Parts: sequence; C-alpha cells; structure tokens
Amino acid sequence: MKKFAVVAAMATAFLGSTAVYAADVEVIHWWTSGGEQAAVSVFADEFDALGEDKWVDTAIALGENARAATMQRVLGGDPPGAAQFNPGRQYEELIAAGLLLDLTPLAEAEGWDEIVRPDVIAEPCHIDGKWWCVPVNIHSEAWMWASIPAFKKAGVDLPTSVSDLVAKAPKLQEAGLIPYAQGGESWQLNAAFGGIIIAELGIEQRDQLLRDHNQDIANSPEFTKVFETFRELKKYSDPGSPGRNWNDTTNLVLTDQAGVQIMGDWARGEFGVAGKKPGVDYACLPLDSANPFVTTGGDIFLFFKQDDPAVEAAQLKLASTMISPRVQALFNVAKGSMPVRDDVDMSLADDCMKLGLEILKDPANVVTSANNWLSNDTTGQMQDLIAEFWANDDMPIADAQKRYAEILATAD
Amino acid sequence: MTTEALSPSASRVVEGPRGAKPKRLTISRIGVYAFLVLAALFFLMPLWVMVVTSLKGMPEIQMRNLFAWPSELTFEPWIKAWDTACTGRDCNGLKPGFWNSIKITAVGTFFSIVIAAMNGYALSFWRYKGANILFGLLLFGAFVPYQVVIYPLILGFRQVGLFGTFPAIIIVHVIFGMPILTLLFRNFFVSLPPELFKAARVDGAGFWQIFFQIMLPMSVPITIVAVILQVTGIWNDFLFGTVFAGRENMPMTVQLNNIVQTTTGVREYNVHMAATILTAAVPLAVYFISGKWFVRGIAAGAVKG
Amino acid sequence: MILTAIGVFVVCIIYSFLLSFTSSRLFPSFDFIGFDQYERLWSTQRWLVSVNNLWIFGLLSIGSNMVVGYLLAVFMDQRIRQEDLFRSIFLYPFAMSLVITGLVWRWILDPNYGLQATVRGWGFADFSFAPLVDSNTAIYGLVVAGIWNGVGVSMAIMLAGLRGVDSEIWKAAKIDGIPTWKTYLQIVLPMMRGAILTAFILQCVGVVRVFDLVVAMTQGGPGIATQMPAIFVIQHITDRANVGLGMAAATMMLLPVVLLLGLQQFIQWRANQKRMNS
Repeated sequence: MKKFAVVAAMATAFLGSTAVYAADVEVIHWWTSGGEQAAVSVFADEFDALGEDKWVDTAIALGENARAATMQRVLGGDPPGAAQFNPGRQYEELIAAGLLLDLTPLAEAEGWDEIVRPDVIAEPCHIDGKWWCVPVNIHSEAWMWASIPAFKKAGVDLPTSVSDLVAKAPKLQEAGLIPYAQGGESWQLNAAFGGIIIAELGIEQRDQLLRDHNQDIANSPEFTKVFETFRELKKYSDPGSPGRNWNDTTNLVLTDQAGVQIMGDWARGEFGVAGKKPGVDYACLPLDSANPFVTTGGDIFLFFKQDDPAVEAAQLKLASTMISPRVQALFNVAKGSMPVRDDVDMSLADDCMKLGLEILKDPANVVTSANNWLSNDTTGQMQDLIAEFWANDDMPIADAQKRYAEILATAD
Repeated sequence: MTTEALSPSASRVVEGPRGAKPKRLTISRIGVYAFLVLAALFFLMPLWVMVVTSLKGMPEIQMRNLFAWPSELTFEPWIKAWDTACTGRDCNGLKPGFWNSIKITAVGTFFSIVIAAMNGYALSFWRYKGANILFGLLLFGAFVPYQVVIYPLILGFRQVGLFGTFPAIIIVHVIFGMPILTLLFRNFFVSLPPELFKAARVDGAGFWQIFFQIMLPMSVPITIVAVILQVTGIWNDFLFGTVFAGRENMPMTVQLNNIVQTTTGVREYNVHMAATILTAAVPLAVYFISGKWFVRGIAAGAVKG
Repeated sequence: MILTAIGVFVVCIIYSFLLSFTSSRLFPSFDFIGFDQYERLWSTQRWLVSVNNLWIFGLLSIGSNMVVGYLLAVFMDQRIRQEDLFRSIFLYPFAMSLVITGLVWRWILDPNYGLQATVRGWGFADFSFAPLVDSNTAIYGLVVAGIWNGVGVSMAIMLAGLRGVDSEIWKAAKIDGIPTWKTYLQIVLPMMRGAILTAFILQCVGVVRVFDLVVAMTQGGPGIATQMPAIFVIQHITDRANVGLGMAAATMMLLPVVLLLGLQQFIQWRANQKRMNS
C-alpha cells in the first residue's frame, strides 16, 4: 500500500496534477431497501461515469450496524473512503481525532456556504468555518403514510393528526385491517415517538425538552400525553411488528393491509419503486395538519483521510458529485428526500415532496433534528427505553416518563 | 479433569451399549422407542422446514403451510441465494463468502493445528513448577468471553497494520483456537508411554526428530479430532468474521446474515432458507462424513472442562 | 508460541479492565473516573435486563440440556436398533452455527406464516405459539432454539460417560434387585461426575458468549426483551461510542467465568488433597 502511494506520488510529480488515476472509493452505507438502492445507485453510477474511479459498495442493513462497522474500521486503522452518518454528533470524535478529510477548499470553490439551506442542515458539517462532511438530503423524520384504499374500505376519512388516527383506528380494525403498522427496531420506535413529541408539545416546548433538557417539561402532564398516545397506537398494531424492518412495514401500507405507518419521508422511495401514486394509492400526511412541520434529519457522508493522493482526489470528486444540482435532483427524487440546495430542478418531484418543500419554506415549521443535540450514547438510551415501553404493556407510563427525564438530566 | 476427555471413556462411545439387556418387545421397549422417535422428530423438524421452504415460491410460503411439501417445486431460491442475492449494490449471492470461508478455514485450521501440536509436544515434557498455572491460564483462555478482548485486539491490529486483512482473521482464529487445541495435544502426548521417547533418545534422535518421526505419525487420530473441531469452529464463526476479516475476506456466515437482514418489502424466507442450508453444508458434510470421529471431537472439546 | 497467545489474552484483559475505569468514548483515553461506569452500568435498565436474560436463558437451557441430554443418553443406552442413526439426528444441529439456528427458528416461530399459522390452518383456530412477538415470552423462544442446538452435545458426552461406567456395577445392581431406573439415577449418575461436569462447563461457556443466536433471531427485541450482555458490549464500543461503559460490562462478563474456573480448580484441589490424605 505504502509502496503504491510512493509510486503514485512520483507519478503525480512526473505527469503533473492533471493526470487521471483510477482509484477505488469504498463507501459504507445502510441503504439496502428497494427505494434506497435506487437512490444510492444514482451516486454510484454518476460517480463511476465520471472516469476511471470506482465506487466500491459496502452496504450493511440497519444504521447502527453500518455505523458500528465504520467505527470498527476506524479503530482498526482501516477506515473506508467514505461513510454515511446522520447529521449531528455521531462523528464528533472523528473530527476531533483529525481522521477526516478537510473538505473546506472544495466547499469554498463551490460555494457550499451559499447554496446549502436551511442553515440547520449546513451546521452539522460546517463546524468552526471548516467543512467536514457533505450533506446530501433533508429527511423529515415523521410523516403519516396512509393507504387510501384501506381508509376507503373502512369507510372513514384520512386522519388529520395522530390523535385523529387513534380515534379512527377501531373502524379500520373492524374492516380487518392493521390500523397502525409499526416496525419493531428501536430506532423506528424512537423516531415515531419523536414525531409525536413534536405534534403534541409543539416545536418550542419540544426544543426545550431535547435541547435544554428542561426537566419541567419532561415531567409535565403534556409529555405524559405523548406516552399515552404511543401506548394507544400499540393497541392497534399487529403481532408481526417485533424486529420488522421499516420497509417491510411500509410494504403493509403499500399493499393496503395496514392503514398508517409513521415513518420518515424515505418511505416514499418504496412507494415509488412499487409504482404507487400519491393522492391515489397513498397519502402523505403531517402528524398534525393544523400545525405541519418538517424535521431536518437526513444523511451526510464523511470522507476519511487516506495515504493515497489518487484516492483523495477521487474522494473530493465524489463529494462534489453528491452535492451537484443534477445528482441532487435525481438522488432525492429516488430517495424521497428533499435536496439540500434550492437551485435544483424539482420538476420530477411528486406531490408529497412538493408538500414537504412547501412546509419547509416557512422557517417556523422547521424542526431541528434531535441528533444535533444528543450524542449517540444518549439517543441509544432513549431508543432502549422507548422500545421497552412499546414492547412491554405492563410498564407504567409514569415510570417511563421518569426514566426519560433521567436520561435527559444525565445526558452529556 | 483436563485429561478426562482423552481417557478411554471418551472413545468408548464407539463400543457397544451396556444398558439393560434387550428383551422381547415389551411395553417399556415401546416406550423407549416412542420417546426416541418423538425426540428425533423434534430435531429433524427444522431441517425438514428448511428444505421444503427453500423449494417453494413466495406465494406458496404465504399460504401458511410450514411443513407441506411444495406443490410446485422450484430451485429458484437456491440459485438466487448462491448467485444473485443482494446486499446493497453487490448482487453476487453467497458464493464469494463461500470461497472466503474455504480459504479462512483451510489456512486457519492448518496453522492452528501445526502450532498447537508443537506446543502440546513441548509442553508434554514440562512437568515442573508453574505447569499448573500455565494450564490454568490455558483453560482461562478457552473460556474468556470474546467481548472482553475484542476492543484491545482491534487496537493491537491497528498497531501492526493488519486490521481487516486475511492474516488478521487467521491470527485471531489461531490465537483463540490455541488454548483448547494445545490442551488436546498435550494431553495426548502425555498419555503416550514415556519409554517411547526414552528409546528414541537412546538411539540419538533429537527433540524435533522425535517429534516429526515418532510423535507426529502417532498423533493422526488426535489430529483428525482437532481438524474437525477447528473446521466447524472456524466455519461457524460469526463475531470475528464481522470484526476482523475485512470487506474482501468476509466469511459466509457474515454474508448470510447480511443477505437475510437486507429485505426489500417482504422477507424472502425461501431464499433465506436456501442460503442457510448452503452455509451449513460444509460443517454438515464434515459431520456426516466423519461420523463417529465427530462425536470424539466433541468429547475432546470437553477438554475445555 | 503458546506464551504469545496467553500474553495476548492477559494483556488484552488487563487493558479492557483498565479502560472500564476511564471515561473513554470511541477512542481509548486514560482519564480515570473511578467506579462511575460501573455505577451507571448497574443503574441501566437494559443491562439489568441483559443480565437477567442471561440467567433465565442460562438456567433453562443448561438445565434442559443436561436433563434431556441425560435422558436421551440413558434411552440410547438400551441396546436400541439404529443407534447411529438416532445419534446423528440428535447431534447434527450442533454442526450448524448459531446464526443458522437463529434464522431457522425465527422462521418457524414467525407469527404470520410459521408454526402458529400452520397449526391454525389445520383447524385449531385458538392455537397460539409465537413466543418471539411477546416481550414476556421471547426469551423462551431463544431457549427452545438453544436446546435444539445444544442437547446433542450433552447427550454425546454423557453417553460416553455412561459407557465408561464399570459393567460390574450393573451386574451387582442386578443381583441386589435394584430396578434399572434407580440404578441410573442413584448409582450410575454420581459415578459420572466427570462427564457431567464437562458437559455442564461446556454449556456454561456457550451461554456467557451467546451473541450470534440473538443477533440472528431477535436482534434483542421485542423492545429490549432479549438483550444479552455480549450485545451490550459490542454496541457500546462501536455505535454508541462509550467504550468505558462497554468495558465495564465486559469486565462483569468475565466474572462468572473466573468464578466457574475458580470452582473447578477448587474441586480439583480438594480431590488432590483427598488423594494425598488417603
């Protein structure tokens, strides 16, 4: 490897910096569902089409497993060329340890400061004036995905909020449908719960809870209501839920076996792959239609320093590709997410995406992702708690709430 | 207790039973057979389910007939599991993992047994003070929960720049196989009559000469046991494979898990079951071919105690 | 060679042990904070559940494997026909990895298409057997899979032990008119101490390490109902980036192993003492 680096460096000196070398960039990501595969293929194909460099795909199902693999590789001194993370604090130690490729020169040349919006999307990558990662999309983590035929069959209108869903659930049940489809992995449960927090508490209070760890709110009766709603939903879920992937869960809505799934807008990728039409086959509904919101979750890629200058050049090329307007449009349409820049041709966007973009326009509707404030250690504790609460009907709500408050009180 | 496993009792499995004398077909005989047959059905049921599931199409699987023979036989799931099942954009099925596992198992087994045989030989002469502590440590090594050593081991491989390479996964298997295999060989060599060694010594044979010309040929049975133990152990390993093998050397068990956890809409149980059978094929073949040796291998594995 | 291997074990264990007293996150740091990680560990619900699960899983699967293993061994010892065939059937699951064991049983226990649905399809509409979907019963689903995988080994070791018992004993018992079952239970069983201990310790080691089975079968769910210490450690040294806590958990995992070995050494020591005295 070292030898190769030396040869490459000599060759660079010899031929000048314009020479092209083939380099492999290994990318670890967790995009394994149908819609996600279509999306990641946009990146891979567009990158491969640029020249000799190759995208080397390492897909590992489930975010925590993929991140674990990346972390093991980092610890072992063999990091991949690029790796997917959620924006926020998941990679703060990697930056501090100086393991990441500094993207600042590229970002300045392309004016990322100007084009990436809203600010809350840029912030997790743009730290103290330096760019450490590439934001590739904005994912709103909480929508209600509803099957229109299912609600027709039950003879009720589409729900306008989570509590409205709870009210209509018995009708769906009578019609032999699963009123509420929930995947059993802890991150899914925590994400749905997080969405209900925003819908029930409102953005202001929710921020004080998760950002400032406000104990008054954590112990308030309003927050109790969130737990109550979540337990109500449990009653209307199906026994196949434990361990089920999110996309297999989406499939239940997609095939009209279930009424609603609460999931991020990546679910749209699955509907897209299946050829379903928004407004006809399925509907995307805000968790609270009276006060719609979008959250600014999403995905970022960071690039690890490598010895080989040819690889580094390829990494920068990949970073640039990911954020370029054309790729942003293609990728986000496939993925179901919103582009990180405004100057993108979104004529391909469907009604659901347009609705999201519409809500995004008003800064008052934009909810900062909790990942920006909470470490993975803290998020993990919440996931454990919420998963336990969901699975164990005997767990008193008061206990769960108290433990949630304690996690926040001791959060780092 | 360490010598127990290699004492005659372990190998006596191959001899005849000694229980109560057989009688005519009495009620108790029927009871014995009924119990055994019922137990056998329980043990066979999953294998049957695996096989029939892997030969069905998805629509038939959703008809909820776990045990039924497929009404429409298809080998599609097998082909898919071996050749085209996807994790991410890689759609090569299990076959790269199969060859990786073959490589890892062959090389890993070879080195761990050669080294353990030499260790066991050398240690069989060491009956001085400290031997007890050493064996205590060996036992301990055979018992240590892997999770305790994994983190420092990752950092260690980083130091020597081997993390995620083929040598790394081999070294890990050799290290973790060493305590048990060394005990196995040491106990075997100790059980040999010391006159053998003395006679050779008188004839002027050196330490290594004795090892290669006398000890090694005699240790064929124990080596077979060790091979069986290591082959199944390494082939079935999951944890080390995920952590240390690296992308290019990913063993079959890890790939199997990746394929199974990757779903696009519905769990393709038929493909999953075909994939599990394929992954289990090698240890099962070892098991059925080696027959009674396998039982001995397990009894020898009891050296761990 | 062997010293290198032992050295690796010892050094790694000491290193892990030291890290458990630090505030290490993703990378090792030697910022010592005393017993804080242990305090947090033992007030973490998930850890408590994991430890509890290990006990349930351990007691039940070891217990069943020993009892059923002995029963099978005794029945196999009745000069039955096709002994080899039966032995092959009882033992083959052991050749399969725990990943495979987990996947197969996950499929059999699938509530919608597996055993439960099939039996219901036969007309038993009330039949209910889907332990994995309920957080109160999921751990027993794991136990079933564990038994399927592990009984054969106990059986093989104990059968070897049975065959090792002196045949004179049988003759003597017969002459004294002791019934067969009593001979097995009261005379032969105590004579097989070695085989039993061997089988027992073999099972124990497997239980402390249990990881693959859970990963393949339930991934710790539903909720955190089937979490195990091994998963806790792995997750905390990677994705959760809290190595200090992970190492504290790993150190706790080492404890039962140390105790077990201590017990074994003690038994051996006492046996030696006895031998010397007599």
